[in-house]
Amino acid sequence: MAATIDTGLAGPAAAWPVGVYDKAPYWLFQREDVLRAEQERIFQGRVWNYLVLEAEIPRPGDFKTTFAGSMPVVVTRDQDGEIYAFENRCAHRGALIVLDDYGNAAEHTCVYHAWRYDCQGRLRGVAFEHGVRGKGGMPAGFCREEHGPRKLRVTVFCGLVFGSLHDEVAPIEEYLGEEVCERLERVLAGRPVEVIGHFTQTLPNNWKLYAENVRDTYHASLLHTFFTTFGITRLTQEGGVLVSEDGGNHASASYSRVLEGEESAYASQAIRSDNGELRIADLSMLESTDEFGDGIVLQILSVFPGFVLQQIHNCIAVRQILPTAVDSTDLNWVYLGFADDTPERRRMRLKQSNLVGPAGFVSMEDGAVGGFVQRGIAAAGELSSVIELGGHDTQSQDHRVTESSIRGFWRAYRTHMSL
Amino acid sequence: MHNRLIQLNADYAAAIDDDRLEDWPGFFAADCLYRVTTRANYRRGLPAGLIYADSRDMLADRVLSLRKANVYEMQSYRHLVGVPRVLRADPQGGLKAATSFLVMRIDRQGGTDVFATGQYLDEIGADGDGLRFKVRDVVCDSSRIDTLLALPL
Repeated sequence: MAATIDTGLAGPAAAWPVGVYDKAPYWLFQREDVLRAEQERIFQGRVWNYLVLEAEIPRPGDFKTTFAGSMPVVVTRDQDGEIYAFENRCAHRGALIVLDDYGNAAEHTCVYHAWRYDCQGRLRGVAFEHGVRGKGGMPAGFCREEHGPRKLRVTVFCGLVFGSLHDEVAPIEEYLGEEVCERLERVLAGRPVEVIGHFTQTLPNNWKLYAENVRDTYHASLLHTFFTTFGITRLTQEGGVLVSEDGGNHASASYSRVLEGEESAYASQAIRSDNGELRIADLSMLESTDEFGDGIVLQILSVFPGFVLQQIHNCIAVRQILPTAVDSTDLNWVYLGFADDTPERRRMRLKQSNLVGPAGFVSMEDGAVGGFVQRGIAAAGELSSVIELGGHDTQSQDHRVTESSIRGFWRAYRTHMSL
Repeated sequence: MHNRLIQLNADYAAAIDDDRLEDWPGFFAADCLYRVTTRANYRRGLPAGLIYADSRDMLADRVLSLRKANVYEMQSYRHLVGVPRVLRADPQGGLKAATSFLVMRIDRQGGTDVFATGQYLDEIGADGDGLRFKVRDVVCDSSRIDTLLALPL
Protein backbone atom coordinates (compact mmCIF):
# COMPACT_ATOMS: atom_id res chain seq x y z
CA MET A 1 0.00 0.00 0.00
CA ALA A 2 3.05 2.25 -0.08
CA ALA A 3 1.85 3.69 -3.35
CA THR A 4 -0.97 5.50 -1.54
CA ILE A 5 1.63 8.00 -0.34
CA ASP A 6 2.39 10.06 -3.42
CA THR A 7 6.12 9.89 -3.01
CA GLY A 8 7.18 12.18 -5.81
CA LEU A 9 10.46 10.29 -5.76
CA ALA A 10 11.36 7.28 -7.80
CA GLY A 11 10.25 4.39 -5.66
CA PRO A 12 11.68 5.41 -2.28
CA ALA A 13 9.20 3.16 -0.52
CA ALA A 14 10.72 0.26 -2.39
CA ALA A 15 13.97 0.97 -0.58
CA TRP A 16 12.18 0.07 2.62
CA PRO A 17 11.16 -3.51 2.06
CA VAL A 18 8.10 -4.76 3.85
CA GLY A 19 8.89 -6.29 7.23
CA VAL A 20 12.14 -4.39 7.71
CA TYR A 21 12.36 -2.60 11.05
CA ASP A 22 16.13 -2.40 11.49
CA LYS A 23 16.51 0.55 9.16
CA ALA A 24 14.49 3.69 8.62
CA PRO A 25 14.87 5.65 5.39
CA TYR A 26 15.60 9.30 6.04
CA TRP A 27 12.85 10.59 3.73
CA LEU A 28 10.45 9.66 6.51
CA PHE A 29 11.77 12.64 8.47
CA GLN A 30 11.73 15.12 5.61
CA ARG A 31 8.55 14.99 3.64
CA GLU A 32 5.37 17.01 3.95
CA ASP A 33 3.29 14.25 2.37
CA VAL A 34 4.50 11.80 5.00
CA LEU A 35 3.55 14.24 7.76
CA ARG A 36 0.08 14.68 6.26
CA ALA A 37 -0.36 10.94 5.94
CA GLU A 38 0.72 10.51 9.57
CA GLN A 39 -1.98 12.88 10.73
CA GLU A 40 -4.62 10.92 8.87
CA ARG A 41 -3.40 7.38 9.45
CA ILE A 42 -1.76 7.61 12.86
CA PHE A 43 -3.03 10.50 14.93
CA GLN A 44 -6.56 10.25 13.52
CA GLY A 45 -6.19 6.53 12.99
CA ARG A 46 -6.53 3.50 15.18
CA VAL A 47 -4.48 4.88 18.09
CA TRP A 48 -5.01 6.34 21.54
CA ASN A 49 -3.54 9.85 21.69
CA TYR A 50 -2.54 10.98 25.16
CA LEU A 51 -4.50 14.19 25.79
CA VAL A 52 -4.30 15.42 29.40
CA LEU A 53 -4.10 14.22 32.97
CA GLU A 54 -7.38 13.68 34.74
CA ALA A 55 -5.91 15.76 37.57
CA GLU A 56 -5.72 18.76 35.24
CA ILE A 57 -9.51 18.89 34.90
CA PRO A 58 -10.76 17.78 38.33
CA ARG A 59 -14.04 19.72 38.59
CA PRO A 60 -17.18 19.78 36.44
CA GLY A 61 -16.75 22.45 33.77
CA ASP A 62 -12.94 22.27 33.83
CA PHE A 63 -11.35 22.21 30.42
CA LYS A 64 -7.91 22.08 28.88
CA THR A 65 -6.85 22.50 25.29
CA THR A 66 -4.41 20.07 23.74
CA PHE A 67 -3.70 18.27 20.47
CA ALA A 68 -4.08 14.94 18.72
CA GLY A 69 -1.14 15.28 16.37
CA SER A 70 -1.83 18.59 14.66
CA MET A 71 -5.54 18.54 15.47
CA PRO A 72 -6.45 21.04 18.19
CA VAL A 73 -8.59 19.37 20.84
CA VAL A 74 -10.64 20.54 23.83
CA VAL A 75 -10.91 18.15 26.77
CA THR A 76 -13.65 18.89 29.28
CA ARG A 77 -15.28 17.44 32.35
CA ASP A 78 -19.03 17.83 32.08
CA GLN A 79 -21.54 18.23 34.91
CA ASP A 80 -22.03 14.46 34.88
CA GLY A 81 -18.37 14.08 35.91
CA GLU A 82 -17.46 12.35 32.64
CA ILE A 83 -14.61 13.50 30.44
CA TYR A 84 -15.27 14.50 26.85
CA ALA A 85 -13.01 15.59 24.03
CA PHE A 86 -13.78 17.29 20.76
CA GLU A 87 -11.94 19.00 17.97
CA ASN A 88 -11.27 22.64 18.79
CA ARG A 89 -12.82 23.84 15.55
CA CYS A 90 -16.09 25.66 15.16
CA ALA A 91 -18.53 23.84 12.90
CA HIS A 92 -19.39 27.14 11.25
CA ARG A 93 -16.24 28.52 9.67
CA GLY A 94 -13.53 26.56 11.37
CA ALA A 95 -12.21 28.97 13.99
CA LEU A 96 -10.82 27.73 17.29
CA ILE A 97 -13.69 27.47 19.77
CA VAL A 98 -11.59 27.66 22.94
CA LEU A 99 -8.68 30.07 23.10
CA ASP A 100 -7.46 29.48 26.66
CA ASP A 101 -5.04 26.77 27.72
CA TYR A 102 -7.29 25.78 30.60
CA GLY A 103 -10.21 27.08 32.63
CA ASN A 104 -13.71 26.35 33.79
CA ALA A 105 -16.84 27.04 31.76
CA ALA A 106 -20.38 25.71 31.50
CA GLU A 107 -20.29 26.18 27.74
CA HIS A 108 -17.94 27.37 25.01
CA THR A 109 -18.69 30.11 22.53
CA CYS A 110 -16.76 30.71 19.35
CA VAL A 111 -15.64 34.35 19.27
CA TYR A 112 -16.10 34.67 15.52
CA HIS A 113 -19.91 34.41 15.20
CA ALA A 114 -20.90 33.29 18.71
CA TRP A 115 -21.82 29.73 17.93
CA ARG A 116 -22.24 28.05 21.27
CA TYR A 117 -21.23 24.53 22.37
CA ASP A 118 -21.82 22.51 25.52
CA CYS A 119 -19.08 20.67 27.39
CA GLN A 120 -19.49 17.67 25.14
CA GLY A 121 -18.92 19.73 22.01
CA ARG A 122 -22.56 19.65 20.91
CA LEU A 123 -23.76 22.73 19.08
CA ARG A 124 -26.33 24.42 21.34
CA GLY A 125 -26.76 27.85 19.89
CA VAL A 126 -26.39 29.66 16.58
CA ALA A 127 -26.45 33.46 16.71
CA PHE A 128 -29.35 34.93 14.73
CA GLU A 129 -30.45 31.42 13.82
CA HIS A 130 -33.96 32.70 13.18
CA GLY A 131 -32.86 36.02 11.75
CA VAL A 132 -33.60 39.52 12.99
CA ARG A 133 -37.18 40.79 12.78
CA GLY A 134 -38.05 38.04 10.38
CA LYS A 135 -35.16 38.72 8.06
CA GLY A 136 -32.17 36.51 7.38
CA GLY A 137 -31.23 33.65 9.65
CA MET A 138 -30.46 30.05 8.81
CA PRO A 139 -32.54 28.32 6.16
CA ALA A 140 -35.57 26.33 7.26
CA GLY A 141 -33.84 22.96 6.98
CA PHE A 142 -30.89 23.90 9.18
CA CYS A 143 -30.47 21.38 11.97
CA ARG A 144 -28.03 22.09 14.80
CA GLU A 145 -27.63 18.41 15.60
CA GLU A 146 -26.09 17.87 12.17
CA HIS A 147 -23.24 20.27 12.91
CA GLY A 148 -20.47 20.16 15.40
CA PRO A 149 -16.77 19.52 15.75
CA ARG A 150 -15.55 15.96 15.55
CA LYS A 151 -15.82 14.09 18.84
CA LEU A 152 -13.07 11.89 20.20
CA ARG A 153 -13.59 8.63 21.98
CA VAL A 154 -12.17 9.06 25.45
CA THR A 155 -10.68 6.55 27.83
CA VAL A 156 -8.96 7.05 31.16
CA PHE A 157 -6.19 4.77 32.41
CA CYS A 158 -4.35 5.45 35.67
CA GLY A 159 -5.41 9.09 35.54
CA LEU A 160 -4.17 9.52 31.96
CA VAL A 161 -6.81 10.70 29.50
CA PHE A 162 -6.47 9.27 26.01
CA GLY A 163 -8.57 10.13 22.96
CA SER A 164 -9.14 8.46 19.63
CA LEU A 165 -10.78 9.54 16.41
CA HIS A 166 -11.19 5.98 15.19
CA ASP A 167 -14.26 3.84 15.85
CA GLU A 168 -12.33 0.60 15.83
CA VAL A 169 -9.53 1.42 18.23
CA ALA A 170 -8.81 -1.41 20.67
CA PRO A 171 -9.73 -1.00 24.34
CA ILE A 172 -6.92 0.76 26.17
CA GLU A 173 -5.69 -2.26 28.13
CA GLU A 174 -5.42 -4.27 24.95
CA TYR A 175 -3.82 -1.34 23.13
CA LEU A 176 -1.16 -0.92 25.81
CA GLY A 177 -0.53 -4.62 26.31
CA GLU A 178 -0.55 -6.36 29.66
CA GLU A 179 3.08 -5.71 30.56
CA VAL A 180 3.04 -2.01 29.67
CA CYS A 181 -0.20 -1.67 31.67
CA GLU A 182 1.61 -3.11 34.67
CA ARG A 183 4.54 -0.75 34.26
CA LEU A 184 2.16 2.23 34.04
CA GLU A 185 0.20 1.05 37.06
CA ARG A 186 3.44 0.60 38.96
CA VAL A 187 3.97 4.37 38.89
CA LEU A 188 0.50 5.86 38.70
CA ALA A 189 -2.15 3.47 39.99
CA GLY A 190 -4.07 4.36 43.10
CA ARG A 191 -2.17 7.53 43.92
CA PRO A 192 -3.72 10.88 43.03
CA VAL A 193 -1.14 12.98 41.20
CA GLU A 194 -0.51 16.70 41.46
CA VAL A 195 1.00 18.80 38.70
CA ILE A 196 4.06 20.59 40.07
CA GLY A 197 5.21 22.22 36.83
CA HIS A 198 4.82 22.18 33.07
CA PHE A 199 7.09 23.30 30.24
CA THR A 200 7.15 23.12 26.47
CA GLN A 201 10.36 22.35 24.66
CA THR A 202 10.59 23.04 20.94
CA LEU A 203 12.66 20.37 19.25
CA PRO A 204 14.28 21.23 15.91
CA ASN A 205 13.51 17.86 14.40
CA ASN A 206 10.85 15.52 13.12
CA TRP A 207 8.69 14.01 15.88
CA LYS A 208 9.78 10.48 15.04
CA LEU A 209 13.39 11.27 15.88
CA TYR A 210 12.27 12.00 19.43
CA ALA A 211 10.02 8.92 19.48
CA GLU A 212 13.14 6.91 18.57
CA ASN A 213 15.27 8.70 21.16
CA VAL A 214 12.84 7.87 23.96
CA ARG A 215 12.96 4.18 23.04
CA ASP A 216 16.72 4.22 22.58
CA THR A 217 18.41 2.51 25.54
CA TYR A 218 21.70 2.46 23.62
CA HIS A 219 22.46 6.18 23.82
CA ALA A 220 21.74 6.76 27.49
CA SER A 221 25.22 6.30 28.93
CA LEU A 222 26.99 7.40 25.76
CA LEU A 223 25.36 10.76 25.06
CA HIS A 224 24.39 11.61 28.61
CA THR A 225 27.67 11.61 30.48
CA PHE A 226 26.65 13.44 33.63
CA PHE A 227 26.79 10.42 35.90
CA THR A 228 29.94 8.91 34.46
CA THR A 229 31.84 12.20 34.27
CA PHE A 230 31.43 12.75 37.97
CA GLY A 231 32.07 9.16 38.88
CA ILE A 232 28.65 8.90 40.42
CA THR A 233 28.24 5.25 41.15
CA ARG A 234 24.72 4.04 41.10
CA LEU A 235 23.38 0.64 41.86
CA THR A 236 21.94 0.30 38.44
CA GLN A 237 23.77 -2.60 36.95
CA GLU A 238 20.79 -4.51 35.70
CA GLY A 239 18.09 -3.54 33.33
CA GLY A 240 15.82 -4.62 30.58
CA VAL A 241 13.41 -3.47 27.96
CA LEU A 242 9.98 -4.82 27.21
CA VAL A 243 8.16 -4.16 23.99
CA SER A 244 4.44 -4.60 23.43
CA GLU A 245 3.34 -7.21 20.94
CA ASP A 246 2.54 -4.67 18.22
CA GLY A 247 5.87 -2.96 18.85
CA GLY A 248 4.48 0.50 19.54
CA ASN A 249 4.72 0.66 23.32
CA HIS A 250 7.72 -0.02 25.47
CA ALA A 251 9.09 0.22 28.97
CA SER A 252 12.76 0.15 29.77
CA ALA A 253 14.02 -0.12 33.30
CA SER A 254 17.21 0.02 35.31
CA TYR A 255 17.21 -1.86 38.54
CA SER A 256 19.15 -1.28 41.67
CA ARG A 257 21.14 -4.30 42.79
CA VAL A 258 19.77 -3.88 46.27
CA LEU A 259 16.17 -4.83 45.83
CA GLU A 260 15.21 -4.43 49.43
CA GLY A 261 16.47 -2.47 52.31
CA GLU A 262 16.08 0.49 54.45
CA GLU A 263 15.47 3.69 52.51
CA SER A 264 18.21 5.83 53.97
CA ALA A 265 20.76 3.11 53.37
CA TYR A 266 19.61 3.01 49.79
CA ALA A 267 20.03 6.75 49.46
CA SER A 268 23.51 6.85 50.92
CA GLN A 269 24.71 3.81 48.99
CA ALA A 270 23.23 4.94 45.76
CA ILE A 271 25.23 8.12 45.58
CA ARG A 272 28.99 8.28 45.44
CA SER A 273 30.85 10.91 43.59
CA ASP A 274 34.52 10.02 43.58
CA ASN A 275 36.14 10.88 40.34
CA GLY A 276 39.20 12.55 41.85
CA GLU A 277 39.20 16.13 40.69
CA LEU A 278 35.67 16.26 39.35
CA ARG A 279 33.28 16.19 42.22
CA ILE A 280 29.69 17.20 42.69
CA ALA A 281 29.68 19.59 45.64
CA ASP A 282 26.02 19.31 46.61
CA LEU A 283 24.90 15.71 46.43
CA SER A 284 21.49 16.48 47.89
CA MET A 285 20.17 16.76 44.33
CA LEU A 286 20.79 13.05 43.93
CA GLU A 287 19.17 11.87 47.13
CA SER A 288 16.30 9.56 46.38
CA THR A 289 14.08 6.97 47.94
CA ASP A 290 12.84 3.68 46.60
CA GLU A 291 9.24 4.86 46.66
CA PHE A 292 7.91 1.99 44.60
CA GLY A 293 9.70 -0.58 46.72
CA ASP A 294 11.03 -2.58 43.80
CA GLY A 295 14.51 -1.18 43.30
CA ILE A 296 13.76 0.24 39.88
CA VAL A 297 15.55 3.58 39.78
CA LEU A 298 14.74 4.46 36.22
CA GLN A 299 11.80 3.57 34.05
CA ILE A 300 11.04 5.11 30.68
CA LEU A 301 7.76 4.06 29.15
CA SER A 302 6.28 5.01 25.81
CA VAL A 303 2.87 4.58 24.27
CA PHE A 304 2.48 4.89 20.53
CA PRO A 305 2.38 7.41 19.02
CA GLY A 306 3.40 10.23 21.31
CA PHE A 307 3.23 9.51 25.04
CA VAL A 308 6.06 9.06 27.50
CA LEU A 309 6.01 8.38 31.24
CA GLN A 310 9.30 8.90 32.99
CA GLN A 311 10.40 7.81 36.44
CA ILE A 312 13.98 8.80 37.12
CA HIS A 313 14.45 8.16 40.83
CA ASN A 314 11.66 10.26 42.35
CA CYS A 315 11.33 12.58 39.38
CA ILE A 316 8.11 11.68 37.63
CA ALA A 317 6.92 13.35 34.46
CA VAL A 318 4.74 12.75 31.46
CA ARG A 319 5.81 13.97 28.06
CA GLN A 320 3.58 14.54 25.05
CA ILE A 321 5.23 14.49 21.61
CA LEU A 322 3.43 16.65 19.04
CA PRO A 323 4.54 17.26 15.47
CA THR A 324 4.34 20.92 14.46
CA ALA A 325 6.17 20.68 11.10
CA VAL A 326 8.35 18.20 9.24
CA ASP A 327 11.37 19.47 11.16
CA SER A 328 9.77 20.77 14.34
CA THR A 329 8.20 19.09 17.35
CA ASP A 330 6.63 20.29 20.56
CA LEU A 331 7.56 18.30 23.61
CA ASN A 332 5.19 19.06 26.48
CA TRP A 333 6.54 18.16 29.90
CA VAL A 334 4.33 17.85 32.95
CA TYR A 335 6.22 17.25 36.19
CA LEU A 336 4.29 15.31 38.78
CA GLY A 337 4.14 14.80 42.49
CA PHE A 338 1.63 12.78 44.45
CA ALA A 339 -1.03 14.22 46.72
CA ASP A 340 0.37 12.30 49.68
CA ASP A 341 3.94 13.61 49.28
CA THR A 342 5.60 14.72 52.49
CA PRO A 343 7.31 18.13 52.21
CA GLU A 344 10.66 16.29 52.16
CA ARG A 345 9.55 14.03 49.32
CA ARG A 346 8.24 16.98 47.35
CA ARG A 347 11.49 18.86 47.79
CA MET A 348 13.37 15.79 46.63
CA ARG A 349 11.30 15.76 43.43
CA LEU A 350 11.96 19.46 42.85
CA LYS A 351 15.70 19.01 43.23
CA GLN A 352 15.83 15.89 41.08
CA SER A 353 13.95 17.75 38.35
CA ASN A 354 17.36 19.28 37.57
CA LEU A 355 18.17 15.97 35.92
CA VAL A 356 15.41 16.20 33.30
CA GLY A 357 13.71 18.66 30.99
CA PRO A 358 15.21 21.23 28.63
CA ALA A 359 17.93 22.11 31.16
CA GLY A 360 18.32 18.65 32.65
CA PHE A 361 21.77 17.32 33.51
CA VAL A 362 20.91 13.98 31.93
CA SER A 363 18.44 15.06 29.27
CA MET A 364 19.39 18.43 27.80
CA GLU A 365 21.29 16.62 25.05
CA ASP A 366 18.08 15.02 23.82
CA GLY A 367 16.79 18.47 22.92
CA ALA A 368 19.62 18.96 20.49
CA VAL A 369 20.53 15.52 19.21
CA GLY A 370 17.38 15.18 17.09
CA GLY A 371 18.37 18.42 15.41
CA PHE A 372 21.84 17.02 14.74
CA VAL A 373 20.18 14.13 12.89
CA GLN A 374 17.73 16.39 11.05
CA ARG A 375 20.63 18.52 9.82
CA GLY A 376 22.91 15.56 9.20
CA ILE A 377 20.48 13.82 6.87
CA ALA A 378 19.68 16.94 4.83
CA ALA A 379 21.09 15.43 1.64
CA ALA A 380 20.50 11.78 2.50
CA GLY A 381 16.79 11.32 1.88
CA GLU A 382 17.30 8.06 0.03
CA LEU A 383 19.65 6.56 2.60
CA SER A 384 18.68 4.82 5.83
CA SER A 385 19.68 4.60 9.47
CA VAL A 386 21.10 1.42 11.00
CA ILE A 387 19.03 0.02 13.87
CA GLU A 388 20.61 -3.40 14.30
CA LEU A 389 21.88 -3.37 17.87
CA GLY A 390 20.65 -6.54 19.52
CA GLY A 391 19.43 -8.08 16.29
CA HIS A 392 16.62 -7.42 13.85
CA ASP A 393 13.47 -8.19 15.74
CA THR A 394 11.26 -6.36 18.21
CA GLN A 395 11.24 -8.73 21.17
CA SER A 396 11.55 -7.80 24.82
CA GLN A 397 15.11 -8.14 26.16
CA ASP A 398 16.56 -8.69 29.62
CA HIS A 399 19.29 -6.15 28.89
CA ARG A 400 19.46 -2.73 27.33
CA VAL A 401 22.21 -3.22 24.78
CA THR A 402 19.57 -3.38 22.11
CA GLU A 403 17.55 -1.20 19.79
CA SER A 404 14.63 -3.57 20.01
CA SER A 405 12.15 -0.95 21.16
CA ILE A 406 13.10 1.41 18.31
CA ARG A 407 12.45 -1.40 15.86
CA GLY A 408 9.16 -1.92 17.69
CA PHE A 409 8.25 1.69 17.01
CA TRP A 410 8.88 1.23 13.29
CA ARG A 411 6.87 -1.94 13.26
CA ALA A 412 3.86 -0.19 14.76
CA TYR A 413 4.47 2.80 12.50
CA ARG A 414 4.46 0.68 9.36
CA THR A 415 1.31 -1.11 10.48
CA HIS A 416 -0.60 2.12 11.07
CA MET A 417 0.76 3.83 7.96
CA SER A 418 0.13 0.79 5.73
CA LEU A 419 3.68 1.39 4.59
CA MET B 1 21.71 51.51 46.81
CA HIS B 2 19.92 51.62 43.47
CA ASN B 3 23.21 52.13 41.68
CA ARG B 4 24.73 49.15 43.48
CA LEU B 5 21.79 47.05 42.36
CA ILE B 6 22.23 48.15 38.74
CA GLN B 7 25.92 47.33 39.00
CA LEU B 8 25.15 43.90 40.48
CA ASN B 9 22.84 43.05 37.58
CA ALA B 10 25.33 44.33 35.03
CA ASP B 11 28.16 42.28 36.56
CA TYR B 12 25.92 39.21 36.71
CA ALA B 13 24.99 39.49 33.04
CA ALA B 14 28.58 40.13 31.99
CA ALA B 15 29.79 36.99 33.78
CA ILE B 16 27.43 34.86 31.72
CA ASP B 17 27.77 36.73 28.43
CA ASP B 18 31.58 36.80 28.67
CA ASP B 19 31.71 33.07 29.37
CA ARG B 20 32.96 33.51 32.90
CA LEU B 21 30.44 31.01 34.21
CA GLU B 22 32.72 30.09 37.10
CA ASP B 23 32.08 33.58 38.49
CA TRP B 24 28.32 33.17 38.30
CA PRO B 25 27.69 31.28 41.59
CA GLY B 26 29.55 34.04 43.44
CA PHE B 27 26.62 36.40 42.88
CA PHE B 28 24.51 34.24 45.19
CA ALA B 29 24.37 33.68 48.94
CA ALA B 30 25.50 30.22 50.08
CA ASP B 31 21.93 29.14 50.89
CA CYS B 32 20.29 30.81 47.90
CA LEU B 33 17.36 29.74 45.81
CA TYR B 34 17.80 30.03 42.05
CA ARG B 35 14.95 28.86 39.90
CA VAL B 36 14.13 29.23 36.22
CA THR B 37 10.42 28.96 35.58
CA THR B 38 7.75 30.45 33.37
CA ARG B 39 4.95 32.92 33.94
CA ALA B 40 2.31 30.21 33.48
CA ASN B 41 3.87 28.18 36.28
CA TYR B 42 4.52 31.20 38.47
CA ARG B 43 0.93 32.42 38.30
CA ARG B 44 -0.42 29.02 39.28
CA GLY B 45 2.07 28.69 42.10
CA LEU B 46 3.62 25.54 40.63
CA PRO B 47 6.95 25.00 42.33
CA ALA B 48 9.00 23.00 39.80
CA GLY B 49 11.62 24.75 37.72
CA LEU B 50 13.60 24.16 34.57
CA ILE B 51 16.49 24.76 36.93
CA TYR B 52 16.00 24.48 40.69
CA ALA B 53 19.00 25.09 42.90
CA ASP B 54 18.76 25.73 46.62
CA SER B 55 22.44 26.21 47.31
CA ARG B 56 25.38 28.03 45.77
CA ASP B 57 27.11 24.67 45.50
CA MET B 58 24.34 23.44 43.21
CA LEU B 59 25.04 26.40 40.92
CA ALA B 60 28.75 25.57 40.90
CA ASP B 61 27.84 21.96 40.11
CA ARG B 62 25.79 23.13 37.16
CA VAL B 63 28.71 25.13 35.80
CA LEU B 64 31.04 22.17 36.24
CA SER B 65 28.57 19.90 34.48
CA LEU B 66 28.19 22.36 31.59
CA ARG B 67 31.96 22.48 31.25
CA LYS B 68 32.75 18.81 31.69
CA ALA B 69 29.73 16.62 31.09
CA ASN B 70 26.93 18.13 29.05
CA VAL B 71 26.91 18.13 25.29
CA TYR B 72 25.58 21.20 23.52
CA GLU B 73 26.62 23.23 20.52
CA MET B 74 28.74 26.27 21.13
CA GLN B 75 26.51 29.22 21.90
CA SER B 76 26.50 32.47 23.79
CA TYR B 77 24.02 34.91 25.25
CA ARG B 78 23.64 38.65 25.26
CA HIS B 79 21.65 39.81 28.28
CA LEU B 80 19.90 43.15 28.14
CA VAL B 81 18.83 43.83 31.70
CA GLY B 82 16.36 46.56 32.55
CA VAL B 83 16.40 49.06 35.37
CA PRO B 84 15.63 47.27 38.65
CA ARG B 85 12.28 48.12 40.18
CA VAL B 86 12.79 48.09 43.93
CA LEU B 87 9.72 46.60 45.55
CA ARG B 88 10.88 46.78 49.13
CA ALA B 89 13.96 47.97 50.98
CA ASP B 90 14.28 47.09 54.63
CA PRO B 91 16.46 49.03 57.08
CA GLN B 92 18.96 46.16 57.37
CA GLY B 93 19.80 46.56 53.70
CA GLY B 94 17.67 43.74 52.32
CA LEU B 95 15.97 44.39 49.02
CA LYS B 96 13.21 42.95 46.94
CA ALA B 97 13.39 43.87 43.29
CA ALA B 98 11.88 42.99 39.94
CA THR B 99 13.97 43.47 36.81
CA SER B 100 13.10 42.76 33.20
CA PHE B 101 15.51 40.91 30.97
CA LEU B 102 15.90 40.10 27.30
CA VAL B 103 18.33 37.37 26.38
CA MET B 104 19.50 36.86 22.82
CA ARG B 105 21.16 33.56 21.96
CA ILE B 106 23.91 33.45 19.36
CA ASP B 107 24.32 29.98 17.88
CA ARG B 108 27.25 28.23 16.26
CA GLN B 109 26.13 29.19 12.76
CA GLY B 110 25.99 32.82 13.84
CA GLY B 111 22.23 33.19 14.05
CA THR B 112 21.02 35.57 16.73
CA ASP B 113 17.56 34.96 18.13
CA VAL B 114 15.46 36.11 21.02
CA PHE B 115 15.88 33.22 23.42
CA ALA B 116 14.03 34.46 26.47
CA THR B 117 12.34 37.48 27.96
CA GLY B 118 11.04 37.78 31.46
CA GLN B 119 11.64 39.12 34.91
CA TYR B 120 14.12 38.48 37.64
CA LEU B 121 12.25 38.46 40.94
CA ASP B 122 15.01 38.94 43.46
CA GLU B 123 15.64 39.03 47.15
CA ILE B 124 19.01 40.58 47.74
CA GLY B 125 21.00 40.96 50.90
CA ALA B 126 24.28 42.48 51.95
CA ASP B 127 26.64 39.55 52.33
CA GLY B 128 30.19 40.23 53.43
CA ASP B 129 31.83 42.38 50.79
CA GLY B 130 28.82 43.00 48.61
CA LEU B 131 25.25 42.38 47.57
CA ARG B 132 24.23 38.82 46.85
CA PHE B 133 21.08 37.14 45.64
CA LYS B 134 19.27 35.21 48.33
CA VAL B 135 16.53 34.40 45.89
CA ARG B 136 16.62 34.83 42.14
CA ASP B 137 13.42 33.58 40.55
CA VAL B 138 13.85 33.80 36.79
CA VAL B 139 10.32 33.99 35.42
CA CYS B 140 10.32 33.63 31.64
CA ASP B 141 7.37 35.17 29.81
CA SER B 142 6.99 32.27 27.40
CA SER B 143 6.25 28.68 28.34
CA ARG B 144 8.48 27.54 25.53
CA ILE B 145 12.18 26.75 25.53
CA ASP B 146 13.82 26.40 22.15
CA THR B 147 15.90 23.20 21.91
CA LEU B 148 17.58 23.39 25.30
CA LEU B 149 18.53 25.66 28.16
CA ALA B 150 22.23 25.15 28.75
CA LEU B 151 23.76 28.44 29.90
CA PRO B 152 21.99 30.04 32.85
CA LEU B 153 19.75 33.07 32.52
